[in-house]
Amino acid sequence: MTTFRDWLIDDSPSSPMQARLGRFYRIFGALMRNPLAVVGGVIILVLVLTALFAPWLATHDPLRQSLGERLLPPSAAHWMGTDELGRDIWSRVVYGSRITLAIVTLVAVLAAPAGLVIGVAAGYFGGWVDRILMGITDVFLSLPKLILALAFVAALGPGIENAIIAIAITSWPGYARVARAETLTFKNSEFISAVRLLGASSLRVNLGHVLPLCTSSMIVRVTLDMAGIILTAAGLGFIGLGAQPPLPEWGAMISRGRSFILDQWWVATMPGFAIILVSLGFCFLGDGLRDVLDPKSGEQR
Amino acid sequence: MANDSTTAAAPARRAARPSRSRQRLTSLAGFLVTLAVTFLGLLAITFFIGRIVPIDPVLAVVGDRAPVAVYERVRQEMGLDQPLITQFVSYVGDVATGNFGTSVSTGKPVIEDLARVFPATLEMATLGIILGVLIGVPLGVFAAARRGSWLDQGIRVIGLLGYSVPAFWLGLVGLAVFYAKLKWVGGPGRVDIFYDGMVSPVTGLILIDSIIAGEWEIFRNAVWHLILPASCLGFFSLAYIARMTRSFMLDQLSQEYVTTARVKGVPERLVIWRHAFRPIRVPLITVIGLSYAGLLEGSVMIETIFSWPGIGNYLTVALLNADMAAVLGSTLVIGAVFIGINKISDVLYRVLDPRAR
Repeated sequence: MTTFRDWLIDDSPSSPMQARLGRFYRIFGALMRNPLAVVGGVIILVLVLTALFAPWLATHDPLRQSLGERLLPPSAAHWMGTDELGRDIWSRVVYGSRITLAIVTLVAVLAAPAGLVIGVAAGYFGGWVDRILMGITDVFLSLPKLILALAFVAALGPGIENAIIAIAITSWPGYARVARAETLTFKNSEFISAVRLLGASSLRVNLGHVLPLCTSSMIVRVTLDMAGIILTAAGLGFIGLGAQPPLPEWGAMISRGRSFILDQWWVATMPGFAIILVSLGFCFLGDGLRDVLDPKSGEQR
Repeated sequence: MANDSTTAAAPARRAARPSRSRQRLTSLAGFLVTLAVTFLGLLAITFFIGRIVPIDPVLAVVGDRAPVAVYERVRQEMGLDQPLITQFVSYVGDVATGNFGTSVSTGKPVIEDLARVFPATLEMATLGIILGVLIGVPLGVFAAARRGSWLDQGIRVIGLLGYSVPAFWLGLVGLAVFYAKLKWVGGPGRVDIFYDGMVSPVTGLILIDSIIAGEWEIFRNAVWHLILPASCLGFFSLAYIARMTRSFMLDQLSQEYVTTARVKGVPERLVIWRHAFRPIRVPLITVIGLSYAGLLEGSVMIETIFSWPGIGNYLTVALLNADMAAVLGSTLVIGAVFIGINKISDVLYRVLDPRAR
């Protein structure tokens, strides 16, 4: 009697789909055995659900000001208190999850493929292409990320779109390095030679055979980088160069609460807890994913 | 970031190895070339950022009512009609001679401003890294020695918090708790307003200047103010250093020579400190160097919170005023110091570790 599980973990899958699903099942199982990874996954899941269902989770309109209810401490009506314009902080934190999720997703969508293409090209073609591409990558890598992002936003002008572009510009080099290293490890393997002998163009070899093999280490790297991206975005928001008011971005909210930190501590601290929780979630999940997908890279990063 | 610094020297190592001194010479040359390329890259990036600013530098000088002829003349005087590559060469020349332009917000040459503010940052970051090393290294060693214990778990969580806590938030909460509530430390600024400007800046480091002047009262006051921002910075280096120390130690403790030492009956304390700790000192230097460079970056946020008159504060003020000369000057200096520290720790690693020679 065969069950669905047996079909998934079958050692000789009869279709690529079965093999792929089986791989996902094994990775998922290994992740579930890692308590920290489970905690991280749950946190990220909660983040996504919060962003999706923000209108139902928020108790108030995040932008509605009510000056009669300024700076109220946390209570049953306002779970995290209210800010200097009488806006409900809980509702703002809930809606802020949408901004955070949008930032990390967009940065990942912009930076990871760019790094992937550059790294694979450098690794696959070698020679001068490699030297020039990796030279540029190394220059970017040896510069402080936050300062660079700050300078780019200063030039592009404040705003959430420019913040995303600036963070993406400073994040791609890490991915390029990872992708190049991965490409080098199987560039000379027999299955690549076989595809080449069949007459495949280098574009086809790379897109169809090299790129997919880099994805697992890229996923690990992107997940581990998420915390840093969130912190940089919040930092830009805090300085006033990221999301602009009245957007309920967590970093900008902390910045507003700065003047009230001594008497109305909740205004600045509550969004901070949200940032820490989400960043920790990505760290936990990233650590767990690395143990499963990329065990050889170990603890160091 | 830890694994990135070692890659730059690869081409040098690939060179032929006829003799030792020859080999060392080529590796030195290779090192200098990568260093020069990196600095040029930094300059290219700041130059590029300066170009994409949507502010017309000529209009900023002549105003928007100037006649076309005046506009054109100023444009030529500023060299903006030259091809980009010529402009870049003259930019590199300017930077090399210390001409970073004039800050719009302070009205002074950027290089003078930077020389004035940099010591404050240096002082805070140095105390931060000292705290980070003094606490982080022992914590990492203990965590590895008692792997899996509650201590180890706690240190792992601290290590991850170092990646997840926003520096500006930590500074704010620190101020609220330790300054406002408990009154254990001094508030924002380097000294109380009362003492401001009372010691003449010799080194610019207020701790040293006050000792030189024999003003112990001011020295105590400066420590009082420095301790909280430095601890906030120190937390981030502590988290990173403890995490790396732990993983280096675990590597060593699983080696056979450690088992041999244990079998011979060497006390556990000696196994850890005399056998396992010794070989990790060299890689730790690289980690500490990276962490120190990272603190320069972290100081931007911390300085804003603590109104610390350092380069981070200077940069954020310039950012908000769209003072591009000051922004690019600060970026250049922080970037150059960052690169410098990274490369020095890279060199130290190769000098100190016989295997890497």
